Amino acid sequence: MKIDIILSGVGGQGILSIAAVIGEAALKEGLYMKQAEVHGMSQRGGDVQSNLRLSNQPISSDLIPRGQADLIISLEPMEGLRYLPYLKKDGWLVTNSQPFVNIPNYPEIDKINAELDKLPKKVVLDVEAIAKEVGSVRSTNIVMLGAATPFLGIEYSKIEDGIRHIFGRKGEEVVNMNLKALKAGFDVAQRLQ
Amino acid sequence: MEKHLFLGDEAIAQAAIDAGLSGVYAYPGTPSTEITEYIQSSPIAQERGIHSKWSTNEKTAMETALGMSYAGKRTLCCMKHVGLNVAADCFMNAAMSGIHGGMIIVTADDPSMHSSQNEQDNRVYGNFAMIPMFEPSNQQEAYDMVYDGFELSEKLGYPILLRITTRMAHSRSGVIRRPVKEEKAMSFPEDGRQRFVLLPALARQRYKILLEAQTIFTEKSENSGYNKYFDAPDKELGIIATGIAFNYLSENYPEGFEYPVLKISQYPLPKKQIEKLVDECKEILVLEEGFPIVEEQLRGLLGREIKVHGRLDGTLQRDGELTPDTVGKALGKEISDYYTIPEVVEQRPPALCNGCGHRDVYDALNDVLKEYKDAKVFSDIGCYTLGALPPFRAIDTCIDMGASITMAKGAADAGLFPSVSVIGDSTFTHSGMTGLLDCVNEETNITIIISDNETTAMTGGQDSAGTGRLEAICEGIGVVPEHIRVMVPLKKNYEEMKQIIREEIEYKGVSVLIPRRECIQTLTKKKKASKK
Repeated sequence: MKIDIILSGVGGQGILSIAAVIGEAALKEGLYMKQAEVHGMSQRGGDVQSNLRLSNQPISSDLIPRGQADLIISLEPMEGLRYLPYLKKDGWLVTNSQPFVNIPNYPEIDKINAELDKLPKKVVLDVEAIAKEVGSVRSTNIVMLGAATPFLGIEYSKIEDGIRHIFGRKGEEVVNMNLKALKAGFDVAQRLQ
Repeated sequence: MEKHLFLGDEAIAQAAIDAGLSGVYAYPGTPSTEITEYIQSSPIAQERGIHSKWSTNEKTAMETALGMSYAGKRTLCCMKHVGLNVAADCFMNAAMSGIHGGMIIVTADDPSMHSSQNEQDNRVYGNFAMIPMFEPSNQQEAYDMVYDGFELSEKLGYPILLRITTRMAHSRSGVIRRPVKEEKAMSFPEDGRQRFVLLPALARQRYKILLEAQTIFTEKSENSGYNKYFDAPDKELGIIATGIAFNYLSENYPEGFEYPVLKISQYPLPKKQIEKLVDECKEILVLEEGFPIVEEQLRGLLGREIKVHGRLDGTLQRDGELTPDTVGKALGKEISDYYTIPEVVEQRPPALCNGCGHRDVYDALNDVLKEYKDAKVFSDIGCYTLGALPPFRAIDTCIDMGASITMAKGAADAGLFPSVSVIGDSTFTHSGMTGLLDCVNEETNITIIISDNETTAMTGGQDSAGTGRLEAICEGIGVVPEHIRVMVPLKKNYEEMKQIIREEIEYKGVSVLIPRRECIQTLTKKKKASKK
């Protein structure tokens, strides 16, 4: 088993929490993992990404080579497109459909959607709307994780355990909100695939 | 055995605690910050009372760490690469005096400049000071090097430099911990006065001893488990890979190496193994994250004897961090490109947060400076450096920590008016205060804005050394109290702010303006914490 994932978004959207949950679940599965993050300047509203690699064999590089990512999980549609050179031919892009506009020259969303349409394997969903529906507005990132779970090769229940572990110290309410968000994302993605 | 998911920085921090650390000394700087933050929040560290408060700058950090080592305890000193420039005086001379309690200095370098103004490779400093150096290739190695490093430092009597880069500092992986050791008791070196008083006569002796120690350091490297020779049948090429470059090399050979490989993670360079590689192989390829340091040493000035490939002959790009792809390309491997970045994708540079006080400062300052055609704004290192970008385009310089005040002084000395400095509160106490004293002593015609958000914001909101005392500090340095002007940077205060800025530009002397409003990030964090 070997899976290479790129997580992308805008500083502050919460890609590192997604990485932390998957990482926790992978470690419990006894998998090897490496996860490279970006800290510092770009966290101030710039583009951010994380390379997450899981395998049942030891992993060499902290960075994923070009053309080898199995999956891009993006909390923002333009940011998902930014890392396409890393995606392998039959890799999946799972992305939020709603743009995060904090630059004056943000492209028209139709042009972004046209590029997304060209990809053979993608799941595009409005995670904010889904989060709102289930009353977990602050867990949009976990809705996205739910949508990506079918591609991870890790059992759904292990991801749930990961959420319990990562959010446990924030109290039961937060854990339940995130579990609900996970389920909602998972269900919608199942329908879209 | 249980594996802990640690960032490289966290692995270093945990290893230091487990090895009986008594104090960490540091000034925040990406990508080194998380080492000290981890120790600050560690239960064992709290229980033991391990020192972990932030230092005012890297120089004070290094000197304090050396003082603790002098008193027999184990100490860690952490900084980003450019921080070692600030601490270099003490660093170089700690190599002369040597240490007593184990001392490890961590330099977190930032090739590709993710969050820095240059990509200097601080292995140069290790060679410069002639002390042993580690460059881990993974998080477990980082842990083990620190855990065992204190003992090695004590045995050799010298500080050890641990050099990591961004991808090691900020990458997470499973790490196995070792038993927690007791702290060392206080003790002083018996030959302390012979070693720690670097009067010329004594320093000359110490220098000879340091030179003699080089043989021992090299032997340690040659016998180090971190330096490893991997044999392979094809001797057309021999590869030297240092630090995390080894990972990128391994990534390209999942089935095992094609050519002999020497992995280097401990310096000075292991001469024996390099000799073996050069003797056995026709040509040498050097893969190193940073400057072509090993490559230059191998080539010599003329590069006639050994055929060496690397960053100097264009086999690898001269600048920027390595990736599995750049290393693969150097090895002649094909890169599989299926998709390109669509043209529609735009750059998304970082920006000042919405609601940030620096925004209001720059808006007001820009408005006033429209009235002065020659005005130049000298700025500094911090969030407010983002004032260089649109829509503000408000600053003309950003060079090094504290340089805004001194550069503005130099330009004022040259005749510039108005000469304005914009510096943050933490940067001011880091190394702006001494420059202010120069201005006061010469009554320089200068306007200094200390944009005070009461934190070290860019690195994530660490304590700022002068919080609550900036006016007193400026007054103590000798700024006339009437020209220390505090304001609250909010839209509703624009007219007042502009009036104050105008008045102080027109004042012929040293003025300090302190727009003060808490960082929006730390404020939000506090609000969240108080809700719980």
